[in-house]
Amino acid sequence: MNPDEARQLFFEELGNIAPEWDPAAIDPQDDIREAMDIDSMDVLNLVIALHKRIGIDIPEVDYGKLITIESAVAYLVAKSGG
Amino acid sequence: MPSLGSDMEAGTLVEWLKAPGDAVKRGDIVAVVETQKGAIEIEIFQDGVIAEQLVEVGQTVPVGTPLARLRGAGEVEAPAEKAPAAEKAPAAEPPPTPLPLPVAPPPPPRPAEAAARVSPAARRLAAERGIDPASLAGSGPGGAVVLADVEAVGKTAAKPKPRGLDLDAMRKAIAAAMSRSKREIPHYYLSHEVELGAATAWLAATNAARAPADRLLIGALFLKAVALALTRHKGFNGFYGAGGFTPSDAVHIGAAVAIRGGGLVAPAIHDTDKLSLDAIMAKMRDLVARVRAGTLRSSELADPTVTVSSLGERGIAGMFSIIYPPQVAIFGIGKVVERVWPVDGEIALRPVVTVTLAGDHRVSDGHRGALVLNEIDRLLQEPETL
Repeated sequence: MNPDEARQLFFEELGNIAPEWDPAAIDPQDDIREAMDIDSMDVLNLVIALHKRIGIDIPEVDYGKLITIESAVAYLVAKSGG
Repeated sequence: MPSLGSDMEAGTLVEWLKAPGDAVKRGDIVAVVETQKGAIEIEIFQDGVIAEQLVEVGQTVPVGTPLARLRGAGEVEAPAEKAPAAEKAPAAEPPPTPLPLPVAPPPPPRPAEAAARVSPAARRLAAERGIDPASLAGSGPGGAVVLADVEAVGKTAAKPKPRGLDLDAMRKAIAAAMSRSKREIPHYYLSHEVELGAATAWLAATNAARAPADRLLIGALFLKAVALALTRHKGFNGFYGAGGFTPSDAVHIGAAVAIRGGGLVAPAIHDTDKLSLDAIMAKMRDLVARVRAGTLRSSELADPTVTVSSLGERGIAGMFSIIYPPQVAIFGIGKVVERVWPVDGEIALRPVVTVTLAGDHRVSDGHRGALVLNEIDRLLQEPETL
């Protein structure tokens, strides 16, 4: 998965979790929990959705890597083997 | 029209899901009602057959108004005798809601809505797309708006939002309930820090071996610990009515769920004390999803026996909440934070959460409240037993 694909996929799943927000309008370095009012239940649902969709294992200790768009895209690229 | 909390004065019937002649059993969803808390699915409280609908779609009626006449399973169809039969309507068994608030006269039904017939599938899609189904020309039987009519509107409509949720109205309802609480309930407040080293370690180990969909959040442990503590300490779980306090044997924790953009509701997780952590977690996920989609059920809003409000990981250390009448206690759970903590005479860093209790002095006092918080602490030190 290249960064553009990863970003598009992450935006889609983020949009499903918090439909009130447009992920493209969020600063990629902002903490999405603050910027999009994402709580721990939302993060878990996001992890479940990503796991289901691309089959990657996201252990709990890696949740912190999903909290900005920039770090999440990098994480998904790395986890999917680039 | 059942009371879905002491702050509710009236509701608007937006959809009938059962028609006259339909057999219903306890727990069936018979109608959808729009309230300040969004659209609520109304469950029926007894078995029978719908004899007559007494309220039309679009009508706003005060709490307590019979919605339908129900014929018992074995009853023969009798000639309409409205007065006594009306008592059998679902509104007959709301939980105690003392000191009813003054009820505003219902506004007259809006003709367009009263006439609009919308299929449930069409209503759902319309809500998802932010379309008012009453504004569409129906192509179904009798001019009913069907799924195809909503689909035909295309994808240009607004983003999905919880159906029928009016945040301004919800804010007014919260203000009314909280004002009443502060006027009538002599609150006392307690705070206790709980060290969570054992709980977080157990949780991390448990979740490490699980697929994401089966993982637990620490919030599930908090709810179970509170529920178990309440089975051992009376005076915090139940309702305060005109005749004083009525304790509840069942523990139905109202789990406060924040709504993005403001507002909150605290739907019940029934029999929290008897559920496994996995079952509580599943209920929490289901409730959060349905709060956001605007599909809560009447029983969930009507009968929480106590409330737990958790700030979650974006919160702050602690909060002191206001009791939601007619309940007599509310627990506040802060964010889990790292704190300097003494361990065996040494200084260590430990995850710590502040648990608070607002209690009703008409029913309990600080000493008994302290026992409850200590019990919650003790339970959280043995997470594997929860």
